Amino acid sequence: MKKLNIFVVIAALLFGLNATTEAQITEKPEFGKFAITGATIHTVTNGTIEGGVILIDGNEIEYVGNNAKITNEYTRIDASGKHVYPGFIDGWTSLGIVEISAVAVTVDNAELGDFNPHMYAFTAFNPHSASVPVTRVSGVTTVLSAPSSGIIAGKAAVMDLWGYSPDSMSVKKSGALVMELPSSTGGGWWDDRSEKEIKEEYQQEIDEINEFFEKARFYDRMVKAYEADPSGKTKPDFDPRMEAMREVLAGEVPIAIEVSREQEILDAIEWTKSHEGMEFFLVGAEEGWRVAEEIAEAGLPVLTTTLYTPSRDYDNYQRPYQNPGLMAEAGVKVAIVSDDTENSRNAPFEAGYAAAYGLGQEEAIKALTINPAEIFGVDDKIGSLEAGKQANLFISDGNPLQPMTKIEQVFIKGYKIPMDSRHIQLYEEFLDRDAVNK
Amino acid sequence: MNLRENKMKKLITLFILVAFGFTVQAQEKGSVLIQNATVITVTNGDLEDTDVLIRDGIIEEIGKDLRAPRGVETVDASGKFVMPGIIDAHSHLNGVDINEARNPVTAEVTMEESVDPNEVGIYHALAGGATTIHLMHGSANVIGGQGETLKLRYGVSQEEMKFEDASRTIKFALGENPTRVHGQGNGVQPRTRMGVEQVVRGHFDEALDYKRKREAYLEAKAEFDRRGRGTPPVPVAKNLRYEVLNDIIEGEILVHCHSYRADEILMLMRVFNDYGVENYTFQHANEAFKVAPELAKNGAHTSVFSDWWAYKFEVYYSTAYNASILNANGVVNSINSDNDQLLRTLNHEAAKVVRYGNTSVNDALKMITLHPAIQLGIDDRVGSIEEGKDGDVVIWSGHPFDIYSKAEMTFVDGTKYFDLANDADDMRIHINPGTEFEDGSNFRRIVDNREEDACLQDTFILLGEQSAHNHN
Repeated sequence: MKKLNIFVVIAALLFGLNATTEAQITEKPEFGKFAITGATIHTVTNGTIEGGVILIDGNEIEYVGNNAKITNEYTRIDASGKHVYPGFIDGWTSLGIVEISAVAVTVDNAELGDFNPHMYAFTAFNPHSASVPVTRVSGVTTVLSAPSSGIIAGKAAVMDLWGYSPDSMSVKKSGALVMELPSSTGGGWWDDRSEKEIKEEYQQEIDEINEFFEKARFYDRMVKAYEADPSGKTKPDFDPRMEAMREVLAGEVPIAIEVSREQEILDAIEWTKSHEGMEFFLVGAEEGWRVAEEIAEAGLPVLTTTLYTPSRDYDNYQRPYQNPGLMAEAGVKVAIVSDDTENSRNAPFEAGYAAAYGLGQEEAIKALTINPAEIFGVDDKIGSLEAGKQANLFISDGNPLQPMTKIEQVFIKGYKIPMDSRHIQLYEEFLDRDAVNK
Repeated sequence: MNLRENKMKKLITLFILVAFGFTVQAQEKGSVLIQNATVITVTNGDLEDTDVLIRDGIIEEIGKDLRAPRGVETVDASGKFVMPGIIDAHSHLNGVDINEARNPVTAEVTMEESVDPNEVGIYHALAGGATTIHLMHGSANVIGGQGETLKLRYGVSQEEMKFEDASRTIKFALGENPTRVHGQGNGVQPRTRMGVEQVVRGHFDEALDYKRKREAYLEAKAEFDRRGRGTPPVPVAKNLRYEVLNDIIEGEILVHCHSYRADEILMLMRVFNDYGVENYTFQHANEAFKVAPELAKNGAHTSVFSDWWAYKFEVYYSTAYNASILNANGVVNSINSDNDQLLRTLNHEAAKVVRYGNTSVNDALKMITLHPAIQLGIDDRVGSIEEGKDGDVVIWSGHPFDIYSKAEMTFVDGTKYFDLANDADDMRIHINPGTEFEDGSNFRRIVDNREEDACLQDTFILLGEQSAHNHN
């Protein structure tokens, strides 16, 4: 009887969700040649152009400047008095791989096992998540969707928020390898281990991680040696985990290390020093301001947020807001992220707080555009308004870091996106619900 | 009856404090003259280049070129904005315990003695322009405990934080939380939304029966005592839970009901109409927009998040335009935090109501000032800048909806509790040496904002660790 009930519940849940998790946007995007005129263009990498022109041809930006000849082939969009920015990049979210965090069957960001470099967020990314349109109409055109579990959770994917398949949405399938290091300090008052035990356990876990990387390097050398000259050698057995580490070892895919406290950050810096040849960045670093010089010296970029309560009760209330600015001042490359799923669209307001508390407007915009693009190694494609880059951009009626500003039109990979989402559809349906009877 | 009990408790507290040699401070009522500001009155438009005189905790005069009475400090607020202190109709900021989760109905329980006046988050909230919070019981039970409205007078005692003479409130909860905690977690009704309705109706009916029997008994007892002979009546024992439920039915307690789906909102309105309950607010109410006309017709209020959705199934079909739709349909709506971080930035949460649905700036401002005040029954005292109201005001460096604006001074009863120019790092009042030391081991989990809310705090004992992560 009990079993039956569980089946009924699961079946009902699956049926319900299958029938309804599709984002029902019926309007089609436009595609082709567009000329956006009259706007203040915030190129991010080449300054601001007043009353400029952006030409879009297919997937790409064709021209940015104020001296373009616009032929009849172009659909003109008058954006006088408006602003154009590169599409914002939310560099840390579980958008697409988590639909409803409290409903386990819709949560695909945490595979079992401690070492999973061969798990790809790309694979589980649901192009039809209701959160995708909700996010993109807010000006966030691209996300890094990151798994989270164990020590190595898998690979985060850089995804554009338009398309019908992960393949068509992917900017970079392997955006980062997601990793969490053990803690060398106690876990708080409930942690009753002695200092010696804590140290020993930490060392043990670090040794285990180092051994994994050692094995990966050995595998990489073995495969390379075989590929260079197979004669007289046995072909090494294929190992999906080790294979997935090769692009990381080659420095093509950065390792994202999740840290929060001062000591975790210092431990992470120390650990990266013993692993040369790879790229790293930190995620979280809520206490980054305490060791900003050390992070800068280690050359580690940081992905962080601002809207959280101070990490320690004796810290000033502004520290979370100031953290990105203080790190940037020390020379750290900072990206601002949402660290959220369905409200990935709030990343600009996180950046707004950073801007107001030391980072400044221009750097805050960079922290949502070119900085994350560079950190993930996709700055040749996105992150600024430059000819030859993907046409990911939006038109707004003001400063996009302001909560009252409206995003009026979004382009992703040249597609003029329907400004529609579940939230907007519900608004239109229910604003005057009984109009038909009036 | 309860009032007398309240007074008794106050007397006892006073006695204890005096007996142990503490000085009991009278609530500090301050005076200040704020000059040349843009005054956002909320009820009477924005007044340019205007002064606000607060005397002994009360707004005495609003006008131009006011003169400071002798000894009253003046603050030059040229180029700055003054607005009423922000009111959060849904908070667990400094609750010691949040959920008495062992029964689907715990109306007798109250947050009154569950207030931590030393929580440093109170100061953080002041720094975000908040001056009053509604400290609520959690959402584990269909009929939970009574709430406590607090003024954020940081540094005073538990008793002195209380908003004097605020209306009594109580928490109700519908949907996933009570059905998960009791039905799924404990094998007790309600397991479904059907059960939730019957828990409310059943307890109201029992309470009415109790009242009838109790009153008959008291009458008979009085009669017996008067006559001094005959058979004494069979006693009907006093039952505090039923007493509180009767107070709800009689309109002496404002109901604040945790709810999400449109159907359960309609259900409770039907039930309340059957029992004559008026003056209630649906908390969270993510699907309230679907039944906005019914809410307006019943005079029901709502208190919602600006944009939270999709974190659990019952908020999957909701929209950030909720507040704007409710406002356009004439529902008195507030924006709440239910979260210690959001409480620090409620001004910008309200600004999103302008973004999503073009609500006017002043209407959006009402959602964090006048409207929550109405919902808590304190709008005669706070929620707008009007002569005669309490001196709970905030001076902002710019318009409070601008992301670059900072609260510079926050006053409660005319007393300055936050001053950006004199803002020390460590603002703790009470330091617990057992849990707070330098290496950051007391680090708060901050990666997911929602892990900070407390709607289901204290229920994990029933459900195991998993529930500790599913809040709201």
